[in-house]
Amino acid sequence: MMPITDIPLQAYLVVAAVLFCIGVWGLINSRNAVRVLMSIELMLNAVNLNMMAFSSYLDGTQVRGQVFAVFIITVAAAEAAVGLAILLSLYRNRDTVDMEQFNLLRW
Amino acid sequence: MSLALSTQLICFLLLSGALLLGALGVVLLPNVVYSAFLLGGVLLSMAGLYLLLNASFVAAAQVLVYVGAVNVLILFAIMLVNKRQPLRPMRVLLLRRLLSVGVCLGLLALLVQVALTTPWDLPGPPSIGEAAITRIGEHFFTDYLLPFEVASVLLLMAMIGAIVLARRDVLARDVVTGAPADQALLERQRPPLLPSQDGSSPSAPSP
Repeated sequence: MMPITDIPLQAYLVVAAVLFCIGVWGLINSRNAVRVLMSIELMLNAVNLNMMAFSSYLDGTQVRGQVFAVFIITVAAAEAAVGLAILLSLYRNRDTVDMEQFNLLRW
Repeated sequence: MSLALSTQLICFLLLSGALLLGALGVVLLPNVVYSAFLLGGVLLSMAGLYLLLNASFVAAAQVLVYVGAVNVLILFAIMLVNKRQPLRPMRVLLLRRLLSVGVCLGLLALLVQVALTTPWDLPGPPSIGEAAITRIGEHFFTDYLLPFEVASVLLLMAMIGAIVLARRDVLARDVVTGAPADQALLERQRPPLLPSQDGSSPSAPSP
């Protein structure tokens, strides 16, 4: 068996996969709208971790993964700002943050 | 990063453990304020993992943008919409939770399978370490110049959109009498646009 000379790339990928799945579970099951936004942040961070792992292990000279991660952080910041503004607007109109009561578009 | 392998392994295990436990706390804790603070811990652990991956610039950006801005924004949102109400009981909530656990475990199995069986092209070119900051700058001003500029437009649009969505309509003068508006009335209860869930019709605005 080959001795380990570095942390394997797969370790980072597995951590990111677990984090992504936790985010998906929280997105489906949260009843507080703020927690839904937090779950989305978790999922975006999992994707970022994948980008950084690939950038470091497979693309060490042209660090394009890091460039993509900066763009993802930008988009995530914009998403958080608009999402929380929508949340405030929803709270003023419906007087609740329970996701189960935002059922106006339910078929 | 010029650390011994054992140090790297210990750092990786500690940071991953903090990351995953914190993420579980974010989605499972009943109090959303604790979730928000744990989210800050998760984001900081993520910045530590970035440092392990030779990405000091993105780690700094992570701390500044996520911990400094997004997490504080989420805390402010919790403060603004903090309504202690008992949640309406759902009929098949437990079944739904178990089903979604099954779906998420299946997704996890798929992702792990792909990560472990794909023949990655390892080892890649050697990492350039701290020179990555210079390389990111070169990328931003040469081949990624257009996305870089579009990102600034996106941020401007998000800022304007957030202001438009979240602001209150403020009138300086009363529409009927022309008298200066009582600023205390800006915080008055506004009638909801839709009938509330318990069946009562929206109350007419009091004169």
